[in-house]
Amino acid sequence: MSRGGQSSPLPNGELMLLSSLLRTVPISLEQGLAYGLVALGIVITFRILSFPDLTVDGSFPLGAAVVARLITEGVSPVYSIIAAIICGFVAGCCTGLLNVKLKINSLLAGILMMTILYSVNLRIMGRSNIQLLTVNTLLTPLENLDVNRFIPIIAFFVLVVLLVKFLTDMFLHTQIGFAMRATGDNEQMIRTLGVNTDNMTVMGLGISNGFVALSGALVAQDQGFADVGMGIGMIVAGLASIIIGEALFGKRTVQRLTLAAIVGSIIYKFIISLGLRLGLAPTDLKMATGVMVILALGIPALRKEKEGKLHLRGV
Amino acid sequence: MVRLENITKIFSKGTIDEKVAINGITLHIRKGDFITIIGSNGAGKTTILNLTAGTFTPDEGDIFIDDSRVTRLPEHRRAKYLGRIFQDPLMGTAATMTIEENLAMADLRGHVRGLRWGIKKARRDHYREILKTLDLGLETRLKDTVSLLSGGQRQSLTLLMVTLSLPKLLLLDEHTAALDPKTAQTVMGLTQKIIEENNLTTVMVTHNMLQAINYGNRMIMLHEGKVQFDIEGEEKSALTVGEVVKRFGAELKDETLLC
Repeated sequence: MSRGGQSSPLPNGELMLLSSLLRTVPISLEQGLAYGLVALGIVITFRILSFPDLTVDGSFPLGAAVVARLITEGVSPVYSIIAAIICGFVAGCCTGLLNVKLKINSLLAGILMMTILYSVNLRIMGRSNIQLLTVNTLLTPLENLDVNRFIPIIAFFVLVVLLVKFLTDMFLHTQIGFAMRATGDNEQMIRTLGVNTDNMTVMGLGISNGFVALSGALVAQDQGFADVGMGIGMIVAGLASIIIGEALFGKRTVQRLTLAAIVGSIIYKFIISLGLRLGLAPTDLKMATGVMVILALGIPALRKEKEGKLHLRGV
Repeated sequence: MVRLENITKIFSKGTIDEKVAINGITLHIRKGDFITIIGSNGAGKTTILNLTAGTFTPDEGDIFIDDSRVTRLPEHRRAKYLGRIFQDPLMGTAATMTIEENLAMADLRGHVRGLRWGIKKARRDHYREILKTLDLGLETRLKDTVSLLSGGQRQSLTLLMVTLSLPKLLLLDEHTAALDPKTAQTVMGLTQKIIEENNLTTVMVTHNMLQAINYGNRMIMLHEGKVQFDIEGEEKSALTVGEVVKRFGAELKDETLLC
């Protein structure tokens, strides 16, 4: 590690900062990408469907719990991950059904599912956490390569996240994808064109939470454990990522929205790890994130701009 | 072709706010009819359209389209028979989606949607052609989001979307009322043209007496959920605003009706 010797053109303090900055890059990339799938999921609910889905805080640890339990039971990591995605999909569909069939307010439907999933996750794991350091996960072969750990892991996450992004972009440009986007944009209009908007809402929530559970499943393997509390604040962190990304890329097209989610997630993680290095207490992290989202949502309102206002259904 | 049989619709039934919106109306819409419906606020004009489209189900009575009973069929399953344009020009199009995406969605009205691409290349040329007929320059803006268009442009686009897969019945719900007078006239002219060219059976609700008299072959006046009069043909074409006022002045407390 460089310490800024006497010949250095930079003063000591600035060099320290720069080196901190650089050293947070790989870890932020890795985490930002892994959590980027959560942000992608949230784009589908909050942005495409205009449905404020809070299931995320439960479906993220759900993915982790399913994968942890199955892998420790000896199931192959690939099948475990597929099972995690399916579980997330079902959880999202349940939230959707609570809303469209039982007419429960969308926010409440998400909170109900999130709460129920807490118990479900404990049931799945049988205890509050499972460690995965001593078993073979999907990432184990990558970690055993004879290179810096970050390189294969980051490459893997880039691949997965871009694949999910492109599949999402493609899906949202199909006939069903159009119908789903129109459901979030103008429900009455697309119903008069013959689309069952209830089905679109349920399907979209399912897909979104499938992504979130996939993220949970990958993060658990990456960090080496699944914990029942790992989903707390996930929705707020995801929203923060989206807001950051949209500030950079705008939200005019689907491709930009999904790109914004991923890049936003990376930048968010970068800001957080930088903050931690500069002395932000880890206990204050969620508060800092919350304040960030409040500012981003609140400033347009204070400026009386219509643009920034979140258009949401079912509340 | 479309029959409403003895329809009654009561809102807030059993509460202190109970309101009989439609009171035993029977209405037969024949193929080729262009019916204008007029009436003051609360007469039940929009409710009739909502019942026909399936937004609400009636408390009593039945609705038939081509002799099949659709009374309880949900809105999205009647879509293949019906085209509908709302008063609010923002209601007919998805603002965050592009012009061509909106047209492509209308192309599939009432059809099963799958995982094929939402826009087919061959159709894109067709969209460009029909957009030219609007004479609004939209044919060069296929990839613009609809939020960039004005109210009049959006309402014209909505009309064009109806023609992509022709409905058996077109429902117009005061669709020019929210536009400025000049744009309203343009959109109404376009409406008339589209109805004539495609021989569309149409029901148009309007607040504007002159519009109700000048357009269509049949005119219905609603009052307190009942049909006050239903005239057509020569009797309709001979009608003037003054005459209507003389005959039904008592019910026309609503002044906007006369302008």
